[in-house]
Amino acid sequence: MATLLQDPVSTVPGGGSAAIHVEDLRHNYGKRSALNGISFDVAGGEIFALLGPNGSGKTTLFRILSTLMMPTGGRAVVAGFDAARQPVEVRRRIGVVFQARSLDLKLTAVENLWHQGHLYGLHGAPLQSRVREMLDRVGLAERAKDRVETFSGGMQRRVELAKGLMHNPGVLLLDEPTTGLDPGARHDVWQYLQQLSTEERVSILVTTHLMDEAERCDRLAILHEGRIVALGTPAGLRAEIGGDVVVFESDQPEALASLIKHGFGVPASIIGDKVRLKSSDGHQLASTIVESVRDRIQIQSVSVSKPTLEDVFIDRTGHRFWAEKPAEEAK
Amino acid sequence: MAQTAVTPASVAIPRVNPFLPAFTLWWREVVRFYRQPARVVGVIASPLLFWVVIGAGFGSSVQSGTTGTGNFLHYFFPGALVMIVLFTSIFTMMSVIEDRNEGFLLSVMVAPVHRWGIVLGKVLGGTTLSAIQGLLFLILAPLIGIRLGLEQFLMVVLITFLTAFALTALGFAIAWRMDSAQAFHAIINLFLIPLWLLSGALFPVSGARGWLKLIMRINPLTYGMDALLQTIFPQGPVTLLPVWSSIAVLSGFAAVAFFSGLLIAERRSTLPAA
Repeated sequence: MATLLQDPVSTVPGGGSAAIHVEDLRHNYGKRSALNGISFDVAGGEIFALLGPNGSGKTTLFRILSTLMMPTGGRAVVAGFDAARQPVEVRRRIGVVFQARSLDLKLTAVENLWHQGHLYGLHGAPLQSRVREMLDRVGLAERAKDRVETFSGGMQRRVELAKGLMHNPGVLLLDEPTTGLDPGARHDVWQYLQQLSTEERVSILVTTHLMDEAERCDRLAILHEGRIVALGTPAGLRAEIGGDVVVFESDQPEALASLIKHGFGVPASIIGDKVRLKSSDGHQLASTIVESVRDRIQIQSVSVSKPTLEDVFIDRTGHRFWAEKPAEEAK
Repeated sequence: MAQTAVTPASVAIPRVNPFLPAFTLWWREVVRFYRQPARVVGVIASPLLFWVVIGAGFGSSVQSGTTGTGNFLHYFFPGALVMIVLFTSIFTMMSVIEDRNEGFLLSVMVAPVHRWGIVLGKVLGGTTLSAIQGLLFLILAPLIGIRLGLEQFLMVVLITFLTAFALTALGFAIAWRMDSAQAFHAIINLFLIPLWLLSGALFPVSGARGWLKLIMRINPLTYGMDALLQTIFPQGPVTLLPVWSSIAVLSGFAAVAFFSGLLIAERRSTLPAA
């Protein structure tokens, strides 16, 4: 039985060599469904982001991938093993960094890592040198003997990272790894992740609700209400929208939108209280519109920009990334 | 073949010997406890207070024939010891809830550790702490004229350890699915305090009647209490069972509590683990 369980699921179509292979994954909490059939692959050495607002299903997906919860449908293959059926094999190969603090504050940095190493079967001299090595790599060698409760948030995060990497996992899962960090500390964390992916070919899956973090990844999936609404490289997704995004701020968004629709034949949508449209030449169109409506409608501001990931999200869901719930209720 | 592409960094992934996680969790439980001075003081001082106040108060109003000396402070001594063990055991397992809420437990649960390694480590950690507290209390015995021979002392150590293990395992089983310390407190008051009250700690089983006596006879902790009373006061009348039979019942209690904890912790489900 034991040997049978150790066989990797290598016959997955299209997912044989993927670090993570997710196939039609579904999950319900009672009647409420959190994931409605999700499929994607994360290649070896890739940094992959799951971008989505709160309640999009990120956390559910993370719980399933990290073997903390079994899905109610579909499957997730992590590091070659089924997360639901072969959790121990998956656990041996993944490093997990949770959003919540998992360090023991009453222990020193060394003790925390020493403890973590034991959980992965490391011990003795190899463990000790590994602890030193990891603390060195996250730049905390000098604070090694201090209790973690005396560390700043950024330093604690670094210990968390070191903790997740103690056993040299091939796949690293991180849940909102930069929560509560200042920009400098966030930058450090990302630099380290990029180094891991390029130098050691560690496959990294990271959940985030921050656009600029998703921008740093090789590829990303945008989650919305338990579905993937966009999947690709950051540049690729932005290019799909193409051209420019023009946003008008006005007291009468409805009137402005209908004027634009009828006068210029350009579909304009109202997101929040702003009017938004796409154009191949945003600057030209924006000034033309402003000129032609200036007598009828007051426009407070106009912005023309290249599409961002937020625009991708809006484009695919018709909602603003933030506060999409109130927008829904307002309808 | 797929594996080499996925885990390039790991040359060999070691099999985890379950005693290693058990050891490390045990170690953490103990270190953590002694690094919180307030907990140490509370756990030692409060039962001491209970013993002196309850013992002295009852002592003047109730006379007990069980110990042959008629002193309630005497009779209550093993009861106070079990109370210390109960309190420490249960309170250490509150850390299960704390660990879960903080995220520490999550990182343990995603480690490739068999669940029994986790349960054993946690339970042995709590057991160590509460058995040590219980035995510290034993130092006071000579003060009230209780003298133990070596054999008696070793028996007391054994019984204390088994009682601590059983109660810690019980605490673990209760705490595992809980998410709030308040709920845990409610269970303690509703279930664990009566378990102790009706174990013969305050009054002997022989003094109880009817349904009360029945409950006391069903209560597994009664047998730990019984064994302890018989060991400390060999000249007292035989209560329920011979010492070793009582110890056997106590061991059974410990085993059942441990395996319930294991069963509860081993269940994987489609519900969030935390």
